[in-house]
Amino acid sequence: MTANGADAVLELEELRVAFGHEEVVRGVSLTIAPGECVAIVGESGSGKSVTARSLLGMAGEGARVEAERLRIAGRDLRGAGEREWRRVRGRQAGLVLQDALVALDPLRPVGREIGDALRIHDRMPRGARRTRTLEVLADVGMPDPAAAVNRRSGELSGGLRQRALLASALVLDPPLLIADEPTTALDATVQARVLELLAEISGRGTAVLLISHDLAVVARLADRVLVMREGRVVEQGTVDEVLGAPSEPYTRALIAAVPAEVPRGALLSSEGSPVIAHPERVPIAPRAVSRGESADVPLLAFDGVVKTFPNRGGGRFTAVEEVSLAVHAGETVGLVGESGSGKTTLARLALALTTPDRGVVTLEGEPWSELGERERRPRRRRIGAIYQDALSSFDPRWNVGRILADAAGGQAANDAGARHPSRANTARRVAELLDQVGLAGGVAVREPLTLSGGQRQRVAIARALAAAPEILVCDEPVSALDVTIQAQILDLLDELQRERGLAMLFISHDLGVVRHMADRVAVMQAGRIVETGPAERVFAAPGHPYTARLVADAPRLAR
Amino acid sequence: MSELELRQTTVDAEAAHDREWARRGRPRAGTVIAGAFVVLLLAATAFPAFVATQDPNAISAADAFQPPSTAHWFGTDESGRDIYSRIVAGTGTSLLIGVTATVIGLALGLLLGVLASFGGRVVDFGVGRLVEVLFAFPGLLLALLVIVVAGPGPVTATIAVGLSTAPGYARIIRGQLVSIRSSQYVEAARVLGRPPRRILIAHLLPNALLPLVVLGTLGIGQAIVWAAALSYLGLGAQPPAAEWGAMLSAGRTYLQTAWWMTVFPGLAIVGTTIATTVLGRALARRERGAR
Repeated sequence: MTANGADAVLELEELRVAFGHEEVVRGVSLTIAPGECVAIVGESGSGKSVTARSLLGMAGEGARVEAERLRIAGRDLRGAGEREWRRVRGRQAGLVLQDALVALDPLRPVGREIGDALRIHDRMPRGARRTRTLEVLADVGMPDPAAAVNRRSGELSGGLRQRALLASALVLDPPLLIADEPTTALDATVQARVLELLAEISGRGTAVLLISHDLAVVARLADRVLVMREGRVVEQGTVDEVLGAPSEPYTRALIAAVPAEVPRGALLSSEGSPVIAHPERVPIAPRAVSRGESADVPLLAFDGVVKTFPNRGGGRFTAVEEVSLAVHAGETVGLVGESGSGKTTLARLALALTTPDRGVVTLEGEPWSELGERERRPRRRRIGAIYQDALSSFDPRWNVGRILADAAGGQAANDAGARHPSRANTARRVAELLDQVGLAGGVAVREPLTLSGGQRQRVAIARALAAAPEILVCDEPVSALDVTIQAQILDLLDELQRERGLAMLFISHDLGVVRHMADRVAVMQAGRIVETGPAERVFAAPGHPYTARLVADAPRLAR
Repeated sequence: MSELELRQTTVDAEAAHDREWARRGRPRAGTVIAGAFVVLLLAATAFPAFVATQDPNAISAADAFQPPSTAHWFGTDESGRDIYSRIVAGTGTSLLIGVTATVIGLALGLLLGVLASFGGRVVDFGVGRLVEVLFAFPGLLLALLVIVVAGPGPVTATIAVGLSTAPGYARIIRGQLVSIRSSQYVEAARVLGRPPRRILIAHLLPNALLPLVVLGTLGIGQAIVWAAALSYLGLGAQPPAAEWGAMLSAGRTYLQTAWWMTVFPGLAIVGTTIATTVLGRALARRERGAR
């Protein structure tokens, strides 16, 4: 469906936005008809969010916005002043942001936040306001709206909060809804419900502009897609055209990078191939270490592990409940579950950063959780860690070279008395480590802060490898990265594992990533492991209702 | 867009990123001026005879109350002493008081802060309450209290100012140590098997102390003002001594006839405070840039 100019809700031609001398949006045109959902996808820095914000006169401090045509519901908004924009916001166009916890005032009940728009725009009396607020909350599927109006945003769960935010955007029944990464902060099952709701809203005749980095979300919701890169629209068309048969190399690279349903061992990134235009995947040779070879003694094993934390009420909150799980040499065990299910606590138990209340963790069949820190310390090099936020895992005063030299120092660094390796040896080792993770030697003198997200994660991987560990614990290692960078990091981890026969405990909320990376999968819910099994089997034929729900709710790209 | 162009734009973006970082490293004009002023102060401290034009204590009744001229740049006082030379002579005293007081404050703050963050819950509670009690007094009042007990003089004034700045530093140091100890990079060091002693030396102390140097630089200006205030009240350096606060105090009697006796020492205090503060802020910006 293509909108014609006459009845389109949003008409935009040649939008240009610049901050100082830097043009971040370079000529974007789009129209949206009533009931149509148009999505803009792109990686961070592509200009998609600035485009969306410009449509509400909120491009930001010092932004210069120009357009040949900018009309919302027939109203020309080029050169509109702040007063005019205020009339547009909420009335003509509603906005939903990623994080409702930030977007809603934490000190006011959500009912009042929603009612504000009615009070300000319509001067509606209190009684009528309440009726309309309850009505719109019911529309967005808020259970028990009469109770919800009195709650503050912090008292609601993530999904309900996002519904409240949607209600506040929709209360004046605007013809256009702008949703900027509306589900990015949500768990898969909650995300699925919110996406259904957005589809319903669009079905009622509201024009929806969806901004997302997630192609799977877009595929599920949008009628048409625009792919943005460096401020320009590089490709546009219907969802089937763009995602099914992309013509631009950049779009193809984006789609190829999504790990969902890409078999284990296939490369995700197009790095290395001279031209991206080869959508075929390169299968990697079978792994060097065969699984099950040392199946008798697992490298890392949890046995009936329980971990509780004191909660505010004076009782104890059980984060990990009776977990038994084993990771064998050369094997990747994926751990999936929603936020709060205990994944990170399990990672911390594996790294012996916290000790279990009951049960034991063993490393190569020897006690691990039961050791005193002094006995444990010399063995710590066997188990390495990679975190979601690489930057905060680096000492802010150290440059890359020092971080890696320190990690490579190993035992020498631990025993102050021992002779330190020579400077030349250390420099060689740092260069070696950088090379292994695909970074140039010059990176050694850089501060981590000046590196891109992907480069930082590579440095983190190099640090973990420096001590030559036998097992890596990766806690959401790619969640903060753009999809093409994510693909490169996953490929790197895969390759390193293959070369060194590393075992991995790979934690992610993203089923697609885990399915691509893991040999076996463990599904966690509320501190318990509800299902384990070979990755292919678990995802294709889930044995537990919770797994089935996770799999069904995960947005995916049809290939 | 071809693959080659794709690569090229990435390279361009990275180059622009690098340039941006290089630009940020360049100091601002204000920082350079403040730095030059501090260098001048240090020169006056190290070689007062070289920077001054005359003997700061040479009395000459004939030259009393001379306004600023080429012979006496900042004029002369009631005994005919050259104000400029006295300000130069007083630089060392003022800076010494400022720096010493700040060092005392920082050292005491460090002691309390380290005790609070490593001494366990009971010690933490005790130190916390002590700091709160000290905080309840305005800083200068606390300093006055110390002088009442220990008697006036430049040494007690310095100690008094140092003591009254300590609670603020203690609180900041404790907060720094607690947050760094639970940071992910300390955790990463533990995962690598680093023992506590090494974590303390390699990560905790540098990251907690270097921001403190910045804070101390900012604090020197404040300490100089406080020390000058105590001298002005006659509780610090005593009048014959060439100390800026004492000079202010001596000049106030002649404010209507000989304004230069108060204005120039006052400018010296203001200038030194501004210069150290500007430098402190420049350091703080670098500090933030480094993380």
